[in-house]
Amino acid sequence: MVKSSAQHGSRLMAALRADRGGRLFLGTLVIVSAIVPLLNLLPSPASALHLSNYTVTLIGKYMTYAILAIAVDLIWGYCGILSLGHGAFFALGGYAMGMYLMRQIGTRGVYGNPILPDFMVFLNWKELPWFWEGFNAFPYAVLMIVLVPGVLALVFGFLAFRSRVSGVYLSIITQALTYALMLAFFRNDMGFGGNNGFTDFKDILGFSLQSSATRIALFLATALALGGCYVLCRFIIASRAGRVIQAIRDAENRARFIGYRVESYKLWLFVLSAVLSGIAGALYVPQVGIINPSEFSPTNSIEIVIWVAIGGRGTLYGAVVGAILVNYAKTYFTDALPSMWLYALGALFVIVTLFLPRGVVGAIRART
Amino acid sequence: MMSASSLAAVPCALAQTPAEAPTRVQAPTPIESQAPATKTSTDPGLAALLAQFPDASYADKRTLIVQLTALRDPRVRVVLQALLDGNLYVRSSDGRVLIATPQAADQRLESGAERGAEQGANDDDQLRLLDPVTAAAAGTAVPDDLSTIGVNNQLRKELRVALAQFDLASSDAAVRLAAVKEMLRALDADGQAVLRERVKRETNAEVKREIQVGLALADLDAPDAATRLGAVGALSGSLNPDVYNRLSAMVQQSSDGAYGESDPEVRAAATADLHSIERSRTFYAGIQTILYGLSQGSVLVLAAIGLAITFGVMGVINMAHGELMMLGAYTTYVVQLMMPQHIGASIVVAIPIAFLVSGLAGIAIERGIVRHLYGRPLETLLATFGVSLILQQAVRDIFSANNRPVETPEWLAGSLQINEVLAITYNRLYIIVFTFVLFLVLLAVLKRTRLGLEVRAVSQNRAMAKAMGVRTEWVDALTFGLGSGIAGVAGVALSQLTNVGPNLGQSYIVDSFMVVVFGGVGNLWGTEVGGNALGVVNKLLEPYSGAVLAKIFVLVFLILFIQRRPRGLFPQKGRAADG
Repeated sequence: MVKSSAQHGSRLMAALRADRGGRLFLGTLVIVSAIVPLLNLLPSPASALHLSNYTVTLIGKYMTYAILAIAVDLIWGYCGILSLGHGAFFALGGYAMGMYLMRQIGTRGVYGNPILPDFMVFLNWKELPWFWEGFNAFPYAVLMIVLVPGVLALVFGFLAFRSRVSGVYLSIITQALTYALMLAFFRNDMGFGGNNGFTDFKDILGFSLQSSATRIALFLATALALGGCYVLCRFIIASRAGRVIQAIRDAENRARFIGYRVESYKLWLFVLSAVLSGIAGALYVPQVGIINPSEFSPTNSIEIVIWVAIGGRGTLYGAVVGAILVNYAKTYFTDALPSMWLYALGALFVIVTLFLPRGVVGAIRART
Repeated sequence: MMSASSLAAVPCALAQTPAEAPTRVQAPTPIESQAPATKTSTDPGLAALLAQFPDASYADKRTLIVQLTALRDPRVRVVLQALLDGNLYVRSSDGRVLIATPQAADQRLESGAERGAEQGANDDDQLRLLDPVTAAAAGTAVPDDLSTIGVNNQLRKELRVALAQFDLASSDAAVRLAAVKEMLRALDADGQAVLRERVKRETNAEVKREIQVGLALADLDAPDAATRLGAVGALSGSLNPDVYNRLSAMVQQSSDGAYGESDPEVRAAATADLHSIERSRTFYAGIQTILYGLSQGSVLVLAAIGLAITFGVMGVINMAHGELMMLGAYTTYVVQLMMPQHIGASIVVAIPIAFLVSGLAGIAIERGIVRHLYGRPLETLLATFGVSLILQQAVRDIFSANNRPVETPEWLAGSLQINEVLAITYNRLYIIVFTFVLFLVLLAVLKRTRLGLEVRAVSQNRAMAKAMGVRTEWVDALTFGLGSGIAGVAGVALSQLTNVGPNLGQSYIVDSFMVVVFGGVGNLWGTEVGGNALGVVNKLLEPYSGAVLAKIFVLVFLILFIQRRPRGLFPQKGRAADG
């Protein structure tokens, strides 16, 4: 046991040694997660070096997107499964976290009901629905953040991969999945707050969400999750299973004929990717402070794929670069030139697919 | 009292009558078997009777109405209608009985718009006068110069029946039907007698049926059981809601154990009638659901059929397909802006223009982007999604982010009433027909033309087609243009059904891909059948689950269906399917 974990450790180190971009990314992540809290907490708010809470939250949000992008790159870049519904897993994780945060509000809601969240009082509900039970306990919520997206991916993936739905067809039914979930969550009687979703959160684990310290803690947790997620995915890709997964991407039938259980590999990778997306969603909600059904919209899911494509698929760190680049551009454009954003994003899609098939990272690598 | 001047006016007015006839404002209903000779001979009677109105008591008026009705003169109908509406006046200056109406509403609107509100207000006070005897215009007057010939509720009722009896003699079946319905609302013994007389001579089946049902309903109150039994028999199969309510009341047991109908035999017959009515109601409700489902399915087919060409035949995933439909819808809007006087024709004009606009946009997309990405479907998906974002934003910048109002022409409004329980709106009906025609045209293009042959050849084996001399690049561009143009035409139809806004396309993209995949890629029949089937299933589920949940169920069903049959309802056969 000890030996095998040591073996794993050394294999991971070897993988990271070969992964220059990854080392660069992890190094940057460490530096950012050291500097950002310092710049937020130490200098006086008037100082030029001071980072506002807004900026800290913004960077935190980008990092949750980066986790999501890594999850998509894991299946798309390495296994050729293009999911146009990964936003659904992200949103489910977010909703699970949102349910915990809603229960934490307690009597501080507008209606002051100790058990029922505001929207249920508003809808004249008398009892908490059964699926809301347990969400007042943080460990249970964490379990659900992992389980709900995981089980959905397991069932969906089992059905899809077993009957060998692949390529474009898979993309379209994942899109239908997230679309169906969006319609469902928009309904008031689903018990998830209808189109308003959840908002007005007060605190997490007893710490106020408004305080700087909590925000920094959430930021660090996200950074840790991002780093951990990257290392985990890198480890999987570098492992023997990772080789099989890439073989499946390149020649699925050949891998199957050699004797690998293609469906199982795809299924477990898909489930892992969904779980990572769920975790990203759970970290996103307390920082952004709202979750609503528009997170399920098919457009959101396509946007995730775009981040990965722009960054460069099949590299993992490229996904991170793409997520941060596109979202930074989005923040900038929607602020400075709101009407230009969709033109820019649209043009980006076209240009990247036509001229940068390996993404920004691929283009840089080709130069050096 | 009759004034001398009014009497003197009659003969000269008489002489004018034939010449004036074509210019009548309100065309009187022609009466069957009305000889022109009788008409002239009754004129003095009409004038004389009218002249008695100003000084008549309500009881006198009642007699007058009966006498007027007995004249059987079409002009009497106008008089009675005016009396009912309170438009029959006496002019204070000369005591003439005249029909006065406010300036016609449309005229007033026009004059108000053209001449300004101030003058328009003056016009409101002016009443147009009409001589009921000559049916000629008699100038205008202000209300102060006129006094109304009053009626009370008792008289109003009499008037309605009198008018209905008048209309019963009309040669227009629709007028007769309306008259029968009016009489049935308050049917007394006299009315029954009139209807019993009429039903013998009635030639129109619908009017006859209506009278029979009405009389049978009246007979249900008859004291002897045999008449009631006959009435129940006559009511069998009627979908009239009154019939249903009456029959239900008959078989209902009140709290003291007595039935609404005392005779058990009649009751049994009524029960049998009720069952048959319920059966046919269920049947028509089923037909209605299917028609609604087909119309909803047709919308899906409409959205998907262009995609069936680009995705199904060419294998290109065009995420901008919805935006090409949006372009078609906006084309309709622009066409309507250019020809605001001809909204009815605008839709027809918009169809070819939308085909061209969206088709050219499609060819531009194919030449500019898609052709560089053949064989890389996922990249095509992303690039065309980029195009869709650009098109959406362009529309937002040009036409604003708000929905644009597209008018519905008159021939698309309203609904077709098939019987008492089954009605379908014209736009639903037209969308079904339009979609089917579009489908047939596309099918013909693909199966019967040179282009269609080449398209199928290229989609089955590109290299071989090229070797045989097919200009594949050219075929690709034209096929993409065809699919896109069809999307534009679909957009014209959708502009009549949903809001025309920048998000129009997005809301259909998931649905339309699902329809194509469900029907079987590369198969137009599959798209047509699949789309309609989904529409009907959706409508069948709706009463049990609500619209949103029905849609969710359909999506889940589709996801599961694709697992079972990954190649759709009608998979493409042959080597092409192996790809």
